Amino acid sequence: MPRKHHPKVVTANDLLEGDVVYRTAAGSWSSDLRAAVLIEDPEQASTELALAQSEPAMVVGIYLADMERGPDGTPQPVHFREAFRATGPSNYAHGKQAGLR
Amino acid sequence: MYTYSEFDTAFLAERNRQFRAQVARRISGNLTEDEFKPLRLMNGLYLQLHAYMLRVAIPYGSLNSAQMDKLAELADRWDKGYGHFTTRQNIQYNWPKLNDIPDMLDALAEVGLHAIQTSGNTIRNVTADHFAGAAADELADPRPYAELLRQWSTDHPEFQFLPRKFKIAVSGSPNDRAVTKAHDIGLRMRRKEGELGFEVIVGGGLGRTPMIGKVIRDFLPLSDLLPYAEAIVHVYNRLGRRDNKYKARIKIMVHEHGIEDVRALVEEAFTRIKPEFAGADTLLAQIKTRFRAPDLRPRETQAFDTAYRRDPVFRAWADTNLAPHRNADHAIVTVSIKAHGQTPGDATSAQMHVLADLARKYGYDELRISHEQNVILPHVAKTDLPAVHAALLAAGLGTANVGLASDIIACPGMDYCALATARSIPVAQDIATRVEALRLEHAVGPLKIKISGCINACGHHHVGHIGILGLDRGGVETYQITLGGDATEAAAIGQRTGPGFSYEEIVPAIERLLKAYLDLRESEDELFIDAVQRVGHAPFKAALYPTEAHADAA
Repeated sequence: MPRKHHPKVVTANDLLEGDVVYRTAAGSWSSDLRAAVLIEDPEQASTELALAQSEPAMVVGIYLADMERGPDGTPQPVHFREAFRATGPSNYAHGKQAGLR
Repeated sequence: MYTYSEFDTAFLAERNRQFRAQVARRISGNLTEDEFKPLRLMNGLYLQLHAYMLRVAIPYGSLNSAQMDKLAELADRWDKGYGHFTTRQNIQYNWPKLNDIPDMLDALAEVGLHAIQTSGNTIRNVTADHFAGAAADELADPRPYAELLRQWSTDHPEFQFLPRKFKIAVSGSPNDRAVTKAHDIGLRMRRKEGELGFEVIVGGGLGRTPMIGKVIRDFLPLSDLLPYAEAIVHVYNRLGRRDNKYKARIKIMVHEHGIEDVRALVEEAFTRIKPEFAGADTLLAQIKTRFRAPDLRPRETQAFDTAYRRDPVFRAWADTNLAPHRNADHAIVTVSIKAHGQTPGDATSAQMHVLADLARKYGYDELRISHEQNVILPHVAKTDLPAVHAALLAAGLGTANVGLASDIIACPGMDYCALATARSIPVAQDIATRVEALRLEHAVGPLKIKISGCINACGHHHVGHIGILGLDRGGVETYQITLGGDATEAAAIGQRTGPGFSYEEIVPAIERLLKAYLDLRESEDELFIDAVQRVGHAPFKAALYPTEAHADAA
């Protein structure tokens, strides 16, 4: 069965904080998934990834993560791993979820 | 208690100075991540799912109160007020910032602690029986030998780039509490014709290819420990596979070459290098003087006897959380870091300070961390136990569940770990909450449940009486159950029961297993693991999979 194509976000971890970050439309990095630019076109996603990797960025481990477009147009994680990255651990209200409340 | 020499202090200061400079060069952009990663890993610094993680070594699980206080201080100053005790007797901080790591390492060095060789393809922190130096069944304290191995392996020039990581465990008792058969090298002390020595086990390990270690030497004189260990690692360094990460551990080498061939190579190397280790005896003698056992004062036990008779809460705790001490008027206290519903192995800074205070006041300043993620007070006079218990209860550390269903080993899983394929912690929390709500665990009795959030098996699921392995199956968290594993001297790898369960299904499935056991056991004296061995898997499978339609494709 062919894998369903999903739109992507460019994601990484912040060098200093270690926090999960997402690439915005302006080419900066945000710790909020809602601020991430959602890229529908696979070629454009590869281009954005290569561009991000070529910059002397203060981020680590850049990759493309599968997303779906949510009802409000913001990216929603497809896989549960990305959902945890976008919120935080389930045993304490630490990480991003602490700031979202 | 071992105190570090001036050499250790100077060595740590120099290593920390180097790493501080490396961190600065990384932040300024003079080191790339590819260049920096091996350097940070050599200092125990990982980048995990949400943040950095600093893994601090607790050599052979031994701490004094000042060290425990320092671990608490780190949690408060640079983390979120808690630390996570691991299955390798280490402590992990889940939220440090890169900028702060050099200060954290300097603070640790103030009490002789460090994060060296807690990662990378080196000889890792040497683990030992958590009852070391106190157990009634002990032949001799294994920690001087573990310390000898620590000194030998730290910065050993030949062994900084092994094919893969290398783990050594040491036990000084015939009852194996250090899981020696699941380590790259396991050392079990034994007596032969009146002389003490080690049974040397090699090639054990869990992970994706679980193996029970094989005996390479049934009796090694204690004085031959270093040259023999060096011979084993030397042969592994040469022969171990570097073409495939998943086949690089010594267990695969032993499996592929056979224990006889490996033994011949090791014995040949041992004979050759033994003369170079002429000074090891003197070093060991020096180390032993630094592990002087505390002078235990003889104490009456009346207060204990009275509390045991009159206080059912104390009695329940004493029945599960105490172990026999070599002095009958003392006991070994296992402090449960598994309060029902809490994260296994997580202690707050306030709890760490309480543990340090108790060690100072009642415990001859000694603490141990167990691979089962609990904290041990190894020497407590029985008469002091009611006071210790009261202090533990007040700190949320009085849970009477050691060795029971809620005393679960769980790896960090996908709540923290970048390698994980599913969560472990909430499964452990929910099982513990459930068995407590049903008042089930005291009826069930001794039971080891161990949970790993991926095939790497940090949660030791293969050797759990009930093992749970969390996997990603088509983008869904799925949990496989194994039965019949054993982490003791009768080590065994558990066998998979069948299809896996979803996150929602796994706790009810474990509940069905426990109830099936209660229904089929011959008497209250027949332990869960013994029942599994007597009846086999069939009745348990029937409980797990009541109808085939229930079975999830795993």
